[in-house]
Amino acid sequence: MTTIRILRTDVAIIGGGIVGASAALALRQMGLGVALLERDLCGSRSSGVNYGGVRRQGRPMSQLPLAQRAHRIWGRLPELLGTDGEYIRSGHFKIARSESDMASLERYRALSSDFDLGLELISAARLREQCPWLGSRAVGGSLCLEDGQANPRLVSPAFALAAQRAGAQVFERHKVDEVAHDGAMFMVRSGNALEVHAPVLLNCAGAWAGAIAEQFGETLPLRSGHPVMAVTEPVPHFMDWSLGVEGGGIYCRQVARGNLVLGGGAGIALDADRARVDRDAIATLAVQAVELLPALRHAHFIRTWSGTEGYLPDREPVLGPSRTTPGLFHGFGFAGAGFQIGPAAGEVLAELARDGRSSTPIEAFAIERFDPVSEPASTTASDALPH
Amino acid sequence: MTTTTTANELRPVIVGAGPAGVRAAQTLVAHGLRPVVIDEAPRAGGQIYRRPPTDLAQRTARTLYGFESKRADAVHEAFDALQGRIDHHPDSLVWNAQGQQLDVLHNPTRSTRRVPYSHLIVATGATDRVLPVPGWTLPGVYTLGGAQVALKFQGCAIGQRVVFMGTGPLLYLVAYQYAKAGVAVAAVLDTARLADQLAATPAMLTQPAVFAKGVYYVGWLRAHGVALHSGVRPLRVLGDEQQGRVTGVAWHDGHEERTLACDAIGFGYALRSETQLADLLGCRFDYAPMHRAHLPVRNAAGRTSVEGVYLAGDGAGIMGADAAEWAGERAALALLADSGMAIDTARATALEHRIDRLTTFRRGLERAFPLPQDWAAHAPDDLVVCRCENVTAGTLRQTIAVNGADEMNRLKALSRVGMGRCQGRMCGAAAAEILAHATGQSVQQVGRLRGQAPIKPIPIRLVPCTEGDA
Repeated sequence: MTTIRILRTDVAIIGGGIVGASAALALRQMGLGVALLERDLCGSRSSGVNYGGVRRQGRPMSQLPLAQRAHRIWGRLPELLGTDGEYIRSGHFKIARSESDMASLERYRALSSDFDLGLELISAARLREQCPWLGSRAVGGSLCLEDGQANPRLVSPAFALAAQRAGAQVFERHKVDEVAHDGAMFMVRSGNALEVHAPVLLNCAGAWAGAIAEQFGETLPLRSGHPVMAVTEPVPHFMDWSLGVEGGGIYCRQVARGNLVLGGGAGIALDADRARVDRDAIATLAVQAVELLPALRHAHFIRTWSGTEGYLPDREPVLGPSRTTPGLFHGFGFAGAGFQIGPAAGEVLAELARDGRSSTPIEAFAIERFDPVSEPASTTASDALPH
Repeated sequence: MTTTTTANELRPVIVGAGPAGVRAAQTLVAHGLRPVVIDEAPRAGGQIYRRPPTDLAQRTARTLYGFESKRADAVHEAFDALQGRIDHHPDSLVWNAQGQQLDVLHNPTRSTRRVPYSHLIVATGATDRVLPVPGWTLPGVYTLGGAQVALKFQGCAIGQRVVFMGTGPLLYLVAYQYAKAGVAVAAVLDTARLADQLAATPAMLTQPAVFAKGVYYVGWLRAHGVALHSGVRPLRVLGDEQQGRVTGVAWHDGHEERTLACDAIGFGYALRSETQLADLLGCRFDYAPMHRAHLPVRNAAGRTSVEGVYLAGDGAGIMGADAAEWAGERAALALLADSGMAIDTARATALEHRIDRLTTFRRGLERAFPLPQDWAAHAPDDLVVCRCENVTAGTLRQTIAVNGADEMNRLKALSRVGMGRCQGRMCGAAAAEILAHATGQSVQQVGRLRGQAPIKPIPIRLVPCTEGDA
């Protein structure tokens, strides 16, 4: 008979994505004890399979303080993680395909002028001259020179590894089967292997975070979404910017090796854990890609993939304290746009864990914006969490 | 599970027109069905019975297929006799499967169509199992299967003076075929030891005719002065930096290093199954120790874990061409029975029995030509394992040591191995060997690369087919 390992620490974290892992790292830097439980491998879900855009441009004003904080963290990535994760400030260019798109980019620049994004509007004539590789539908756009791109499959696991090196106890392949709170301490149990006891719990479980919130009587309209990602074979390098389009639809970047990474559209869920691209989405993406970048017309797609992301109806995350349970803090629901702000969200959660408050404004992400609480299932909830 | 369906409502699709696919199609037609047969090649026959382009078809079956010419003829004739009673899609790649429909790229026109199916027989065959050796990326180095296809399909040799290296029955067969075609075979270098072959003889004698053919090839090669070395360890392919081409090969014979001049090399370590389609279809996989690979699970009749999906032939485990024919017919019978149609159950049982009897022989082959267990231990750090992404053995080891990668998909994510055009088909087996060796795990424990669409690269500018479904 094996005896369950019981671990007492300052903070327990559920979820080893970029948010949970960077929270673990920040907490260690504050000198607090941390245990992180990840159901699979750190960064193997949405944090590690997304497009890799590291952009502030285009985010709602509510997210810009967080995005600015994250921007500073990204600037220190090598010293923080011991790797650059292929992060480059390549510039993020948001394309306008009509005069009204251009006008809305102008409005965004005016609206965000309090933040130091350094947005530069580029006219059609200059674009033709500077970017002959852009398709003819682009009539201009907005450039954020300091935004960029990184490789998510390297960066997200690297946060977890850095946290571990800093002394966090990281338990991969530890699915959480039970969470409970006795009024003072949280108990997080994984099978018959591990029980973590801590006065503070961070819920960073991404698309699976809703089930944990529900254990504490907080029901949220969290749903899963699945991005469609595709990559071409390597082609001669022609583009530095990471591209987005005003109004959405497609985004793409070219990595150092020459491959184009493209995203856009919605994939399909195979089950609660796995997703794949959808054939129609691939077709749509392909048409848009050639329209945007005619140089791709002779290229091949070599691979596609998807993942599972958590979305809330207003496409803003829940980031902040639980309204039912003292010591519980949530950080999830980043609506497919959590990669850039993830490290800042992690720092904010670490501050909340230590001080109960954050130095970055997060009111917009309060859980209170949703319907009032349902009755807590039980404060010592013992139902197994769904997969 | 049996449902009552009339023949008209069934829409069976067969992927692959090798021996398994052809026999499956024939069986379905014999029971009044009209299957769709999708195949990557322009003409049916698969790899083993691959047919040359029609304008090159002046060579006889006897020349092309040797001892197997009768079987090749039979498979070809069986397929040709189905014309008009099947829907044949040649030059067509199944690149995705989703919601009871296959996505099929017609290569010459770059057009794609959706092919719906009620039942699906997956007979996707195999490719060479590759364990790289330093210098293997030099022009002039081919896999054994590639070397054989060049001879069979295009009637050309990979070089003037050729060394065949690796292990497996194909090693001696291809060497024999090359020598027979008039090419100078400089040597056959087998990593298996004579002792392996001796120990395997009792099991191999369960198929005396097949065994005799193997003995014949070896004897013929020896009688014609071809140097046969066993128990070797390939060291490197020697290359001319200026001409960028193979100039020779170096190996260790157990005592000392030896070299030999040649201008081309065919190498490989038996075959590996093409399993991506089964993966996309959601078939359950399991580790198969005999094949040293994770393979889609099938029962004796060819049924998978997914209702309506059947596996036949080498795509679900390397059993060879004869077994593929039987398995194709058996899977078709299973499909028919599951659709509520009457079948000859005695025939079905007999086929299962034949396939089952072959298993002992297959075990013997694995014993006679084992995958070199020490390959990973000897792979130097600068050896390119993944040639699409230029990932070396050293990079893999470093990724494992520094980042703690302990399973294949994580190793892929962190190192790029298997991320290129081949999607791990060429490098996957070798990467798994390195990962298992470096972490002290078994190949079973390190897992397998997950399949993703497209199964092979597809042009970004696909032309949708407008005339509706096939």
